[in-house]
Amino acid sequence: MERTANLLRGRGRRIKVLVAKLGLDGHDRGAKVVARALRDAGMEVIYTGIRQTPEQVVSAALQEDVDVIGVSILSGAHLNLMKRLIDLLKKEGADDIPVFLGGTIPIPDIPKLKEIGIKEVFLPGTHLNLIRDYILGVVGERKEH
Amino acid sequence: MNIYKLFDDAKRGSKRSLGRLLSILESPSNESFRLLKEFVKHGGKSHVIGITGIPGSGKSTLISKMISAMRRKGYSIAIVAIDPTSPYSQGALLGDRLRMQEHSTDPKVFIRSVSTRGVKGGLSLAALSMIEAFDAVGYDKIIVESVGVGQADIDIMNTAHTLLVITMPGVGDEIQALKAGIMEIGDVYVLNKSDKPEAAKTFEYLKFALETGELEIKHGWTPRIVKTSAIMGMGIDQVVSIIDEHYNYIRENSIFMDKLRDRRLFMLKLLVESLFLDNLDDMYRSGEIEELFKANDYYTSSIKIIELLLKKIRKIDNS
Ligand SMILES: Nc1nc2c(ncn2[C@@H]2O[C@H](COP(=O)(O)OP(=O)(O)OP(=O)(O)O)[C@@H](O)[C@H]2O)c(=O)[nH]1
Ligand SMILES: [Mg+2]
Repeated sequence: MERTANLLRGRGRRIKVLVAKLGLDGHDRGAKVVARALRDAGMEVIYTGIRQTPEQVVSAALQEDVDVIGVSILSGAHLNLMKRLIDLLKKEGADDIPVFLGGTIPIPDIPKLKEIGIKEVFLPGTHLNLIRDYILGVVGERKEH
Repeated sequence: MNIYKLFDDAKRGSKRSLGRLLSILESPSNESFRLLKEFVKHGGKSHVIGITGIPGSGKSTLISKMISAMRRKGYSIAIVAIDPTSPYSQGALLGDRLRMQEHSTDPKVFIRSVSTRGVKGGLSLAALSMIEAFDAVGYDKIIVESVGVGQADIDIMNTAHTLLVITMPGVGDEIQALKAGIMEIGDVYVLNKSDKPEAAKTFEYLKFALETGELEIKHGWTPRIVKTSAIMGMGIDQVVSIIDEHYNYIRENSIFMDKLRDRRLFMLKLLVESLFLDNLDDMYRSGEIEELFKANDYYTSSIKIIELLLKKIRKIDNS
């Protein structure tokens, strides 16, 4: 009961998360596992499928008015793709929506990603509870502002 | 955040603003009442199309193909995707959007998912409020997808101007099973997945049901049966042109306006229910009711509770 209460935003609204696969690779097992874990944690999860462009992801995030965007990239093009995604969010005045990234990201790239505006990077093997708690944390912060 | 500015921006095509407006409408509040008042002034023009039918029959895939065909005709289109979520799991994995995502960046297409569990004022109220918003913002066509099994689903589908019931080959018995609900009130019956071998038999079954009067003739419109294959793109143009035909038909007589009036009346009833029940729930949880009941009998307690509810509801200010 306690946990559920934490998940509500506004009057009775659940945390809404967009999970997307950016770029050309078609491996979406990881993204789907995360999507299901977040659902099981009581969130509303929208999965947009593989081979998405940053434009498609941002447009979906705005239409669904999500609280947070989770992106999975395995293709290696993360720096370019994430920069484009953040730029688009900025253009729409929606860069207050936190974005986190999962996938095979070389460690030296993590500071660069954070500089671009990515809130958090989760490497393969991250415990799912950690991702859940992270979302509860950032969405909570956002509500207070 | 100024809701009137949001509404203005939404009318000018800002997806960000419309997305936020829709969230405000998910539960009754000062803001949502103010917005609804504004919507009634601007709306009343959109054609609302309900798409319902057996889970997995290809509704979302079909809608995606219909969007392409309707966009070629120049219509702007909003989609309300009501996701059938398991009542047993806490959260929801909303899967309809995935099949329509190719249209995500089209400036004249707006897709919004609504989950059964996510909204406090009730699913029907959230969905109907969103229809009002899309209508007021000026979308030509509003497509509502839902499985049509629960009462809320059936209620929403009943408010559509044009109702499509989607079925697939080899489910004759399930059609029977769904009968109590929505199966016999479609304006158009779509047999999707007709690329499958059993399609001919199910098609005959549907035709038979129509001929023997099992499928209802509403307002003088004889229901149509169409075969489609959403994944192969077959029969889509035919579906879209029948929808146009039905639209012209209901426009020529009073059905379009009657449906609009019924939809808004039904929403009013849902609003009252939501105001009443939410506040009652709060009073019950906070122990207020217990206090009253200590000093009064059942009847007197009831009257006092209702008076208190009215006081609380009056605090909502939509001026
Ligand atoms: N063979 C065949 N498969 C189809 C067709 N249309 C959709 N499908 C498949 O049927 C499955 C379900 O499609 P959806 O569009 O998600 O069906 P739905 O009715 O929206 O499903 P729910 O919203 O979960 O009730 C998917 O695997 C589709 O690829 C079709 O015309 N033929
Ligand atoms: Mg669907």
